[in-house]
Amino acid sequence: MTDTLNHTNTSMNGSLVKEAPLLLDIENLSVTFGEGSRAFRAVDDVSLTVTQGEVIAIVGESGSGKSVTMMALMGLLPPYASVRAKRVMFDNKDMLGMSPKERRGIIGKDISMIFQNAMSCLNPSFTVEMQLGEVLRKHLGLRGSAVQARILELLELVEMPDAKNRLKVYPHQLSGGMSQRVMIAMALACEPKLLIADEPTTALDVTVQAQIMDLLGRLQREKQMAMVLITHDLGLVSQNSRDVAVMYAGQVVETNTVPEIFQNPAHPYTEALLQAIPELAIGQDRLHSLPGVVPSQYDRPSGCLLSPRCPYKEPACDVPPPILDTPNGKVRCIHTDLPSVDTGTSPFDPATLESQA
Amino acid sequence: MKSSTLPSDANLVAATPPSSWQLFLSTFCRNKGAVIGFIVLALMVIIAIFAPALAPHDPYELFTGQEQLPPAFLSGGDTMFWLGTDDAGRDTLSRVMYGARYSLFIGLSATTLAMLVGISLGLSAAFWPKVWGKAVMLVNDILMSYPSLLLAIIIAAILGPSMTNTIITIALVCTPPFIRLTRATAMVELQREYFIASQVMGAGVLRLLFVTILPNCMAPLIVQATMIFSSAILEAGAIGFLGFGVQPPDAEWGAMLGTARQYIQSNVWLAIWPGVAIFLAALSINLTGDGLRDALDPKLKQVT
Repeated sequence: MTDTLNHTNTSMNGSLVKEAPLLLDIENLSVTFGEGSRAFRAVDDVSLTVTQGEVIAIVGESGSGKSVTMMALMGLLPPYASVRAKRVMFDNKDMLGMSPKERRGIIGKDISMIFQNAMSCLNPSFTVEMQLGEVLRKHLGLRGSAVQARILELLELVEMPDAKNRLKVYPHQLSGGMSQRVMIAMALACEPKLLIADEPTTALDVTVQAQIMDLLGRLQREKQMAMVLITHDLGLVSQNSRDVAVMYAGQVVETNTVPEIFQNPAHPYTEALLQAIPELAIGQDRLHSLPGVVPSQYDRPSGCLLSPRCPYKEPACDVPPPILDTPNGKVRCIHTDLPSVDTGTSPFDPATLESQA
Repeated sequence: MKSSTLPSDANLVAATPPSSWQLFLSTFCRNKGAVIGFIVLALMVIIAIFAPALAPHDPYELFTGQEQLPPAFLSGGDTMFWLGTDDAGRDTLSRVMYGARYSLFIGLSATTLAMLVGISLGLSAAFWPKVWGKAVMLVNDILMSYPSLLLAIIIAAILGPSMTNTIITIALVCTPPFIRLTRATAMVELQREYFIASQVMGAGVLRLLFVTILPNCMAPLIVQATMIFSSAILEAGAIGFLGFGVQPPDAEWGAMLGTARQYIQSNVWLAIWPGVAIFLAALSINLTGDGLRDALDPKLKQVT
């Protein structure tokens, strides 16, 4: 999975983009919780790169290590987690080697993050103004009326309805969508180079979800910031990102560009994820699912982690699979040419997904 | 003493979440006992602050020839001394009024001290649970397993009897419950998402502890503080009574009780008045604390 996304790509309108400099470069990152026989490897040998101004998506089910990877990047894992990596570089700075104080100067300023439950991510004891002001004062050193002005500007940027009167409001007086807007305003306060959106719309209903994603997309383009979109909603991926990394049980199993991964999934797990999209199962009795569950700490198979659930399993799967090249991407599987699955008309076309979402 | 009595009320008010201020006020006022307790407590604070203006006599002035007078409403009493005089001819009413200064000041400063130390230790114990947290809780458990009065006597015996030492002693005895409560509350708050979000914004350790977490732990701590305040006043009375605290002839309720013990056969009123004062102080604070808990505790709020 190394050097996964180091390839030229076409932008949305089809013209060739010049390769932008690397912003985030994670190579062979592993995170282990606990020690000795009780150790649990939550993230296994993950490599990711993000270039400036690019959107990549990380997809996978709960517990596949998506969020842990990002928390490891920011050094925010609990002390009993051990983080190992060949390289974790952000903006040409080594994130693992730096002191906590240096790191605190970067996170919240150059890297910021928005979360799933915006309502519980705002401190219940402080008003919107106080919480936004805190970030501005700490990272930008703003004081006095400049703070107030910038807060209003930010709230208007995130299209907060009636922004002026929301300043003195406490989090419990905000709706879910408005809380998420405040979180986004907070994350964008210092114009970060990288925004990590950790399932930003999971807790919101569909209409608000569309508004928030439109907002994020617009801000991302306007500010030319890179974005890592962590999600398990493939509809969001198809509409918003250029590249995708699919994670399963702590490993990146496949990376590719958006149209490619939807049209020709190379990994059986990716294929299963696509088959499980409800919108594509209209007319079928049951939603497609893989048998079994994600292997836990104690029943990890020796070879490919998906092998106990994989419909294509063969004896060769009992050894860890190699990382192979696919058109435009990489895959951690020996079955490079999956038989195409019948899921109806033009199954993984992003346009179809968009119209159905 | 004036300046340190006033902030007590200010603290109770300021630390409640302002958004629910009106809700808090209406819930508090629904509890009649709490309102009465608060009024009595407020009166006591006023008496303590304005004792020199309100007291009919100097508490240390000896009225020779008028020793051991019963209260004014009994035969043999004198309207000059409403609550009678003590063995040396000092006015009991004035002494009880001045005594409010000692008791409330000792109670308040001991509670404040215990709260400051307890919150700092409790928060840090929750934040660094591995070594520091375990050490703090071990010492805390040892302190809690001592009978608090015995501990108070040991410390008073080592440091010597005085008001400052009484404050230190009571603060030490009152710290463990604060440590426990702060740690328990903070451990819950540390798991909440806004704490992680705050870390992601780049907040440092001190900011995380005292700005992010602490305001969300305050409600149970305020309630605990009122309970500790009343027990600190009782404790101060006990220490004074045993002669390890404020020394006679200073007008402190416990010390007054201690002196009155010798005359309990001949003049029981000498023991009754300071006793009633201690009782009223503790009761009014407890009632107020009860109302505060009704108003601040989210679990009880849903029931009512």
